[in-house]
Amino acid sequence: MPVSLTVTDLSLRKGYNLLISKLNVSISSGEAVSLTGENGVGKTTLLRTLAGFQTPESGAICATENDVQIESDIWWSQHVHFLGHHDALSPARTVAQELEFQASYLGGDVTKVAPLKLQTLMDLETRYLSAGQKRRLSCARLLMARRVLWLLDEPMAPLDVAHRELLAGLMQAHLAQGGMIIAAVHDALPFATRGLRLERPAREVAGV
Amino acid sequence: MTAPSLLSASVALLKRDLGMTLTRGGGPLLAVGFYITLMAMIPLSVGPDTATLSRIAPGVTWLCLALSSLLSLERLFERDYDDAVFDLLRLGPLPLELVALLKCLAQWVGTGLILSILTPLVMIILGAAPALALIGLVAALLGSLSFALIGGIGASLALGARKGGVLMALLVLPFYVPPVIFGAGLMQAAQISASPLQALAFLSAYALFALALAPIAMGAALRSALN
Repeated sequence: MPVSLTVTDLSLRKGYNLLISKLNVSISSGEAVSLTGENGVGKTTLLRTLAGFQTPESGAICATENDVQIESDIWWSQHVHFLGHHDALSPARTVAQELEFQASYLGGDVTKVAPLKLQTLMDLETRYLSAGQKRRLSCARLLMARRVLWLLDEPMAPLDVAHRELLAGLMQAHLAQGGMIIAAVHDALPFATRGLRLERPAREVAGV
Repeated sequence: MTAPSLLSASVALLKRDLGMTLTRGGGPLLAVGFYITLMAMIPLSVGPDTATLSRIAPGVTWLCLALSSLLSLERLFERDYDDAVFDLLRLGPLPLELVALLKCLAQWVGTGLILSILTPLVMIILGAAPALALIGLVAALLGSLSFALIGGIGASLALGARKGGVLMALLVLPFYVPPVIFGAGLMQAAQISASPLQALAFLSAYALFALALAPIAMGAALRSALN
């Protein structure tokens, strides 16, 4: 079942700053988009808007499955994973507790996270984890509940070489199963992706 | 892609939040300690005269219950806000209103419920008649539930403001007035053996009003704070 996401004439504003003006992009099953651009250009804001956390200034985000539009509430609560640069982990809870909670909250299967090799960390409270270990733990939810669109904000940044390869492998497997990925990155991902470079809108467009 | 079930997600969230309320930062001990210390100061400030104490005990207990309920409010949403856990919660099956309501209820079970159970005990220690214990417990349960829900609205409004604790107390305290009036009135009525039904009805109505309004208000406030 091919799923696609179409963004039409999307403009985003943060405070008084116009970050993105009239963005048009469309992505469908099996595709990955690397979002690049200088710091502060609006990569994270775009990802958060696509996750439904922020309302766009104007424009539309429309998801379709077999050319039938998916209602936005259902889209966000069943088809989208968002991994920000904060890892969404409570420092005083153990890895096992976090995994169990996420699995039952998102309706996933905790046994599917085996490829991330978290077994040795299970009894540790998440505040004792290194940045890379935290990132691996937050990637667990991508695997435990299958959702078609992954929105990733700098997914590779804290990971070591071996785990970058591991995550890249998981991302490719997700694409092969008909998934979609939109990732904000500074270093290119180690597989073929479509590039989308964000630029600052010109001053006259921004209406300054 | 199977739809995650609303019920199992709610249970999971409730369990997680309850666990965190009971264990983190001293848990309910903080509020309980504050409550008991406050109560212990009353005989010291108004004098040990039993007649006076037993007359003011129910009213003063209500005041202390309201103040103790304020204590842990600040952390209701702030922890998860700082840890970005809301990014995960918002992409789950529950609407933000329900997430907020469940968090409030977990907080209430972790602190308000325990304070309510202590309330009849404290009243009796201060000299109220033991016959008032049951009605005192029922009233305190209803009152602390209203405090928790109204407090949740304050906590969601103050979210994102650094050191929002005092701001929150200022926002919330005026709305704690009706349960304090009805609750203390109820106890006075029970003390002179008048029917407490009217006050009890008002107290329940306020709790139900808070239960209906709080999720909508918290949802809207959280949405604007989280964006």
